[in-house]
Amino acid sequence: MVSLAFHDVSHTYEGSGRVVRALDALELEVAAGEPVSVIGPSGCGKSTLLLLAAGLLVAAAGRVEVGGALVAGVRRETALILQDYGLLPWKTVAENAGLGLQVRGVARDERGARVAQALERVGIADFAHAYPGELSGGMRQRLALSRAVALDADLLLMDEPLSALDALTREDLQDVLLGLWQRRGHTAVLVTHSIEEAVYLGRRIVVLSPRPGRVAAVVDNAAMGSDGYRSSSAFYERCAQLRELLAGEGAVHPGTALETPVTVQS
Amino acid sequence: MNAVRWALGYVGAIAILLLAWGAVAAAVGSPALPGPAVALEAFVTLWPELWPEILVSLARVLAAMALGTVFAVPAGLALGRSARADAVFAPLIFVLYPIPKVVFLPVLLVLLGLGNTPKIVLIGMIVFFQILVTARDAAKSVPQASVLSVRSLGASRWQVARHVVFPAALPEIFTALRIGTGTAIAVLFLAESIAGSNGIGWYIVDAWGRIDYPAMFAGILAMALLGVVLYELLDLLETRVTRWRVAGQ
Repeated sequence: MVSLAFHDVSHTYEGSGRVVRALDALELEVAAGEPVSVIGPSGCGKSTLLLLAAGLLVAAAGRVEVGGALVAGVRRETALILQDYGLLPWKTVAENAGLGLQVRGVARDERGARVAQALERVGIADFAHAYPGELSGGMRQRLALSRAVALDADLLLMDEPLSALDALTREDLQDVLLGLWQRRGHTAVLVTHSIEEAVYLGRRIVVLSPRPGRVAAVVDNAAMGSDGYRSSSAFYERCAQLRELLAGEGAVHPGTALETPVTVQS
Repeated sequence: MNAVRWALGYVGAIAILLLAWGAVAAAVGSPALPGPAVALEAFVTLWPELWPEILVSLARVLAAMALGTVFAVPAGLALGRSARADAVFAPLIFVLYPIPKVVFLPVLLVLLGLGNTPKIVLIGMIVFFQILVTARDAAKSVPQASVLSVRSLGASRWQVARHVVFPAALPEIFTALRIGTGTAIAVLFLAESIAGSNGIGWYIVDAWGRIDYPAMFAGILAMALLGVVLYELLDLLETRVTRWRVAGQ
């Protein structure tokens, strides 16, 4: 497993005549194999944080390190899962799941075996030859996850992966995510707007301040992942604590899930 | 079931067309506008001399469309994805695009002779610009999330083009091709009727000169057939390569 660290990281976007400061002197360390949730008000730079960690953006200032090494471009064992799944509608389920392997030049036979196993693990093996357009929202998100599973990623970066799903499907997928982490033990950063999701899936919960984003608070959540955690009183207390913290940050009201999308130049 | 409905639609459309044609021909009452019965009879009896001309014309249009597409798609996609290249070339394209390329026919005939080359080049040019502009716009509107998600997998620029930009632009490229078919055949008729001694365009004008109106109409029918065949070929190809679009509905 691999650690992730942000040291004194600042980032600004320039465009259409104005400068937006997304992150300001961010300090954050994620231990190897640790699942961390990141939560904060709209536009606090949460997505920027993930793009920096994925090597798709270069920080204007400061150091982003994965496994102690400076991030300089896309890393083979890092998987990024985006809000709208990032699936390609013209590729079948199996082709989508195996795209990362294909791009990395993994031979067809090995690719087939790993894809089959990954689809099995996220529970959509029966749909290998369907197109994403034929899947429900929950199944599409499972497919997006299967890409990371097929890659055997040791660092999973997720940008509100479940925000478009209905409540039941969402809890279902949270369990899938938890199961994958318990099995693989990867390092995980989950950006979310949902307090319950942050508490259910983060061993530590990082609260960011309004733009420009800094770490406003870190909540330890050692009971995460224990049996029946979702219905335990500890879970509800943690949620209440987090809600209070966020209200203190002044920008999040429970139930709102709005964020100005961050645009990135390719 | 779909094939049956498709065939029924075609038969119905042709029946309506023939009825309207017959009515207009009867009303006009001129030998220059024979009714469908006369034209169809001529088409059947003249088929042995018509089909080689159809093949010549078909080959010219196909070659021109292939040539135009092969150059336009990569160029258009590159412009759509590279702001720097677009800044340089887009103004040039917008100046050239509205110029009716057909006015260059005389120039091409002088420079390239009376054979296949000037006709293919002219039609190819027209198709090139239509596809170029479409491919550029389509590449521009590729969702950034798709590009990012594939880049995060470690894809190179070339792999992004192959897995994301090209397939995303395909439906719009096909639409441009189908619209281009009509223009291509119209220009083909003009080019063949002005210069050369073969092709359906030449055949129509030649029959006209001989005041052989049934033969002229047999040629017109052949030209119509050419258009329908091309259009259906493109449709078939599109359904083949963009199967995923039907799957989601």
